[in-house]
Amino acid sequence: MGIEATEVTADHTRGRTSDSGDAPLLQVRDLQVEFRTRDGVAKAVNGVNYSVRAGETLAILGESGSGKSVSSQAVMGILDSPPGFVTGGEILFKGQDLLKLNNEQRRKIRGSQMAMIFQDALSSLNPVHTVGMQLGEMYRVHRGMSKKDAKVKAIELMERVGIPAAKERVNQYPHQFSGGMRQRIMIAMALALEPDLIIADEPTTALDVTVQAQVMELLADLQREYNMGLILITHDLGVVADVADKIAVMYAGRIVETAPVHELYQRPAHPYTRGLLDSIPRLDQKGQELYAIKGLPPNLLRIPSGCAFNPRCPMAQEVCRSEVPPLHAVTEADGTPVEGRGSACHFWKETIHG
Amino acid sequence: MAEPTATEAAIEAVMDKRVERGEPILQVRDLEKHFPLTQGILIKKQIGAVKAVDGVSFDLYQGETLGIVGESGCGKSTLAKVLMNLEPATGGQVLYKGEDISKVSGRALKAIRRNIQMVFQDPYTSLNPRMTVGDIIGEPFEIHPEVAPKGDRRKAVQDLLDVVGLNPEYINRYPHQFSGGQRQRIGIARGLALKPEVIICDEPVSALDVSVQAQVINLLEKLQDEFNLSYMFIAHDLSIVRHISDRVGVMYLGKMVEIGSDEEIYEHPTHPYTQALLSAVPVPNPEGREGRERILLSGDIPSPANPPSGCRFRTRCFKAQEKCSVEEPLLAIPQVFRGEDTPAAHESACHFAEDVDVVGATNGDQAE
Repeated sequence: MGIEATEVTADHTRGRTSDSGDAPLLQVRDLQVEFRTRDGVAKAVNGVNYSVRAGETLAILGESGSGKSVSSQAVMGILDSPPGFVTGGEILFKGQDLLKLNNEQRRKIRGSQMAMIFQDALSSLNPVHTVGMQLGEMYRVHRGMSKKDAKVKAIELMERVGIPAAKERVNQYPHQFSGGMRQRIMIAMALALEPDLIIADEPTTALDVTVQAQVMELLADLQREYNMGLILITHDLGVVADVADKIAVMYAGRIVETAPVHELYQRPAHPYTRGLLDSIPRLDQKGQELYAIKGLPPNLLRIPSGCAFNPRCPMAQEVCRSEVPPLHAVTEADGTPVEGRGSACHFWKETIHG
Repeated sequence: MAEPTATEAAIEAVMDKRVERGEPILQVRDLEKHFPLTQGILIKKQIGAVKAVDGVSFDLYQGETLGIVGESGCGKSTLAKVLMNLEPATGGQVLYKGEDISKVSGRALKAIRRNIQMVFQDPYTSLNPRMTVGDIIGEPFEIHPEVAPKGDRRKAVQDLLDVVGLNPEYINRYPHQFSGGQRQRIGIARGLALKPEVIICDEPVSALDVSVQAQVINLLEKLQDEFNLSYMFIAHDLSIVRHISDRVGVMYLGKMVEIGSDEEIYEHPTHPYTQALLSAVPVPNPEGREGRERILLSGDIPSPANPPSGCRFRTRCFKAQEKCSVEEPLLAIPQVFRGEDTPAAHESACHFAEDVDVVGATNGDQAE
């Protein structure tokens, strides 16, 4: 990709918590978000817990409506409110509860300490300003730089994310860039103030596969270099397998399974995860029917009682319709716990150990 | 209505002809679609053309599924539109059962459209929100009343709903009352209404959730067996294309660069673009991800208004040499494999074709 590792200057380490400590960078505890609509209250996020450390990649996997984007918007503090409201829980960033801060304090953290990369770069960039001006804005607003200095910084950033002829292109408008290049600009903008945490919401979904591979590689390189925490929100099991350290699978606003990446693909502990993995076309199934999870994802206005997955689950029993399963710690068949694994299924033992 | 011309009569006559399994039902020859670029407001002057489809040839056999893959801008959707006659072809021929249908209009066009139907990508915008499901699926019968007489239409629509796995009682509902997967089923039911022989599916599952994609793919396969359909399946998801297709064609910048059976393309790709495309696909298996060789292409697709000379892929190709900028490689079995009995001996438009199994190792793991 032609990106040399630059020296980590003092600037890069500014404001970083002592990385030696094992404290997670971000810890989300029992987060609850609901949307109050005319038709009723849609419970988009119902008690989500996760944590990310510096240098770690957490993938949040889920279908549309699973609450994966909403939960990260709540973390960023960019939830549309109304109709969206955070109704409970804690978002601890470097030990500080973000939900207790006022708007001005949160605005200071956004951009400089945590940043977001959106799926659709074209609609996330302002079409009437040059990309240089939009990149430079980060420095002007947060660092109080002059227009001239900010532009120099913008060119540096564009070179950093592999945009050729950055000096000329800094004065161009978003529509003059291709999809992959626009996504690079989004990444540059997120990186501008060297945040500790980046949330990437489907960063490559709108891109072609060959360009997708370039962008994912760039993101992984930069993350390694700056030792950032990365939350990758996606529905693509392939992308997750490529870059994630650990995975949280979401369904109907809850995390139904957490696991380190290798574990999850080898032996899923939740019927929903297993269904997703089984529905990927495999070579030996050519000409046969694909495994399909029956039914549809639930309507968030009417989440089924008990386990939200029970109407679609092949293993569902009476208890699944009446009792919400907690996130059980997953253990080996002999009872030794498996690091970082949890499954919100009453029958996780049967699922994972057969 | 005016008397049909000789060609129109010939086309109408050929419509009911039976094509045996394994014989070509659709033959595409040097098909071109150029969109003119004009300058000036009053006096328009053509200053160039976007060559969206530029000389594509292939056959679609009866009862098979031909997958077409390629990145956005490669012309795969334009190809579908030209085959449907939604866009007039600039050059070349589309032979349906031997008759050229690329330049017809009027009665003959109507007859062709009965036999070739399309399923669109976006089930949210391709259904009219003000029409009930019954009206949407029944509309083809208004245009072709001979398929279902007036009294039988409601019954016919309900049968179609049943065939695609929807409750026949939903006939009076509106599209917004359905989920994405269900809407795509409605789109498929509409495509089936006239009992066509060929269905062109343009990215039929890419707007759907992962868990619903498999349901729709299964439905398409079931319908193919039941109604003896031939599919042209356009998609960018390579694993789904592999699952459903008998043969696969790879397009790049308006040209077909490689075509062969699914095994030939996926396990023995000889064109560097196909190899790069296959190696770039994220494999849903984290085992061995550190060691996986990736062919990373630099840059983006060039503009189809001004394609590179010679081989169009050469600007991004890791094998490009002097020859590639001068001489355009033709889609044929490469010289090195000619006469040999190997899966690598399939049509590929590259001067330096080479059999490289880019995904072999990982696929092996998956198959276990």
